[in-house]
Amino acid sequence: MAVALILLLVAIASVLFHVYSPWWWTPIASNWRYIDDTINLTFWITGAVFCAVIAFMAYCVLRFHHKEGRRAVYNPENKKLEWWLSIGTAIGVVAMLAPGLVVWHQFVTVPADATDVEVVGQQWMWSYRLPGKDGRLGTSDARLISSENPLGLNPNDPNGQDDVVVQNDDLHLPVGKPVKVLLRSIDVLHDFYVPEFRAKMDMIPGSVTYYWLTPTRTGTFDVLCAELCGAAHAQMRSRVIVEEEKEYHAWLEKQRTFAALSGQRDVAKAAYKTGSE
Amino acid sequence: MVDIPLDQVAGIPPAEVGEVELYHPRSWWTRYVFSQDAKVIAVQYSITAMSIGMVALVLSWMMRLQLGFPGTFSFIDANQYLQFITMHGMIMVIYLLTALFLGGFGNYLIPLMVGARDMVFPYVNMLSYWVYLLAVLVLAATFFVPGGPTGAGWTLYPPQAILSGTPGQDWGIVFMLASLILFIIGFTMGGLNYVVTVLQARTRGMTLMRLPLTVWGIFTATVMALLAFPALFVASVMLLLDRLLGTSFFMPTLVEMGQLSKYGGGSPILFQHLFWFFGHPEVYIVALPAFGIISDLISTHARKNIFGYRMMVWAIVAIGALSFVVWAHHMYVSGMHPYFGFFFATTTLIIAIPTAIKVYNWVLTLWRGDIHLTVPMLFALGFIVTFVNGGLTGLFLGNVVVDVPLSDTMFVVAHFHMVMGIAPIMAVFGGIYHWYPKVTGRMLNDVLGKFHFWVTFIGAYAVFFPMHYLGLLGMPRRYHDIGETSFVPASAHDLNAFMSVAALIVGFAQLVFLFNLVWSLFKGKEAGGNPWGATSLEWQTPETPPGHGNWGKELPIVYRWAYDYSVPGAARDFVPQNEPPSGVVAQGAHP
Repeated sequence: MAVALILLLVAIASVLFHVYSPWWWTPIASNWRYIDDTINLTFWITGAVFCAVIAFMAYCVLRFHHKEGRRAVYNPENKKLEWWLSIGTAIGVVAMLAPGLVVWHQFVTVPADATDVEVVGQQWMWSYRLPGKDGRLGTSDARLISSENPLGLNPNDPNGQDDVVVQNDDLHLPVGKPVKVLLRSIDVLHDFYVPEFRAKMDMIPGSVTYYWLTPTRTGTFDVLCAELCGAAHAQMRSRVIVEEEKEYHAWLEKQRTFAALSGQRDVAKAAYKTGSE
Repeated sequence: MVDIPLDQVAGIPPAEVGEVELYHPRSWWTRYVFSQDAKVIAVQYSITAMSIGMVALVLSWMMRLQLGFPGTFSFIDANQYLQFITMHGMIMVIYLLTALFLGGFGNYLIPLMVGARDMVFPYVNMLSYWVYLLAVLVLAATFFVPGGPTGAGWTLYPPQAILSGTPGQDWGIVFMLASLILFIIGFTMGGLNYVVTVLQARTRGMTLMRLPLTVWGIFTATVMALLAFPALFVASVMLLLDRLLGTSFFMPTLVEMGQLSKYGGGSPILFQHLFWFFGHPEVYIVALPAFGIISDLISTHARKNIFGYRMMVWAIVAIGALSFVVWAHHMYVSGMHPYFGFFFATTTLIIAIPTAIKVYNWVLTLWRGDIHLTVPMLFALGFIVTFVNGGLTGLFLGNVVVDVPLSDTMFVVAHFHMVMGIAPIMAVFGGIYHWYPKVTGRMLNDVLGKFHFWVTFIGAYAVFFPMHYLGLLGMPRRYHDIGETSFVPASAHDLNAFMSVAALIVGFAQLVFLFNLVWSLFKGKEAGGNPWGATSLEWQTPETPPGHGNWGKELPIVYRWAYDYSVPGAARDFVPQNEPPSGVVAQGAHP
């Protein structure tokens, strides 16, 4: 009796916790509402199965627990029942998998009009690079990394000269415009994670990974690292500020290009040299 | 299920097997220390595994103290936290669960359940334990090397595992990899033994389709382990070479602490594929023995045959095979080619079907049974609740697009603790309460056992069920302190503190269990040979605890499957596997 009741209470408490607890996902800020919908669908199906199994178990414990003179029923197999249960399970699985794969197809199909934005991870800070007026990012190579060129950009690539470089500062994005986020790391694995965007992807030294999204509301969002990257993994933070087009362009105007930054460094170096002479 | 025709029974000769093949102990040392008796090796494996498991338990307390009350304990910093999670995970998955299920339960139960005198290669079996012990000692030594144990996470992903910036990158990681290599060598010796014993040393009449499901589970898990561990072995060797000799198997051109490193040309993703080619089967290496044990516990204590035995066997085999084609579902956001997602999501969700069949058959075994709510039965019920819960959240993480927001969050931590932490541990405890009388001849104390069950079950559920919702909120895993964010409310910290208190209480209950193990050894109730009225062969030994060679002069002959409970017309509510059918006839079952 008590055991059956406790089992039932575990199921009921789980459902109540799900419905009433204040801990739930953050309000979404990207186009990936479909992902949330798929999670909800999965919650419904799996929640129903969980409750059904536990309730049936509790019923069995209540109804068939040992009493003097009770004897179990000898019942080795029931092929029909087993097939029906398997088919029912298969239907439930398809009901979750099919929408999941459809949404995954959207997730991996980047729209043609998406703007490139590069995110560079390193222990333990974030940098960003946006294409300049030409709309293209220049190439990069880890072997070019030096204190003058911390992101390893190719100084001989004309596409890269006008790239806007944002080092260790917030990233700004215009609302409502699709972006393809190109992910690069120069040391270990990292993962560019903005909870409100729902999307995430590891960054791997030696290759460029990506995902795409369209920010759907303005605001300031935390950037966290979601792939263990060493001692200060938990402190590797930044922010993304999604704003209206006009404000975004105002911000963009104030940022410096790769050419300007390296020119500045050249000037500084020259000044240092003359000073020392 | 009596499938030897009666007229043939008289024609079966007694299975007399001489004892000369066995190496009998000549001294205390060869009886208890360098023993070649699988039962002694099983106890050695179990004690070693549980001892190192206690270390992992204490590490989990440290982690929970830090997460529940960040900044309160000056002796835990970010580096140590990473070392704690790494060692906790590695110990629990490999050195505790794998070793306990296969080396502990496997060694004890396989020869007894299949009706053999011992494992087929007793000397190699002994060697397996000593190499395992060495692996455990090397692992334990990492706590004392300069720089401490590695803090790379139990997945040991390069490049960070071997670069500065990660705790334990000088010695900790080297010892860790060396220990894994030793473990795999030791396991391979044991594993070959288990497989060959099941295939070659079954007694007369013990067909494969009459094996108890515990043997099926351990057997299939061992076959899988023999195929999966080599992937971890090569990954460990290659990573060790990268670390010690400067090769670049897994290391691309990269910057280490602001300086261009000497590495170049390797692939970090390659390591992940190798690791998870081992790592996913590993989940089932832990789960399948638990499935088997739970099936036998439910059947015995509900006094009812397991429902759908053949389907249960095929489900075990199907899960074992499928688990080799799902590994990359751990890598959906690793940056591998995104189209892999379609394939691995499909295979992963297909595994849900045989797994669900197992769950249905367990609860259908309870249906119209005669359920004795003994401690093993309680643990079996607890197993079903936690396993169903953890299995269902696996459908979130296996469905590629749903995994994207949830991966690397506390949701994942909650999921795998429920499904391959709590659930298998429930099976381990249930199994220990069930077989302890055979191992020692005494029962474990019932009151302490029930206390242990309820605190562990409710407490662990209270730790890990709410944890899913922190992950849903977006809390990443492997953070010693979430710090300041705009999306984590203050109430989440209270929830963390609650979970920590629950975890400490659960930890305390394990001490009660350890006390029970020792106390009952001396003061427990005398068990007799077959206290639960079970059918399988290990309960039919002439002596309890069974002597070396298990069966005395004659091996048992098997006439039926392992689940003849409550057979209509039989005098008792169980018919042992080695009871000849004439016994049934005498009661008038087959007129």
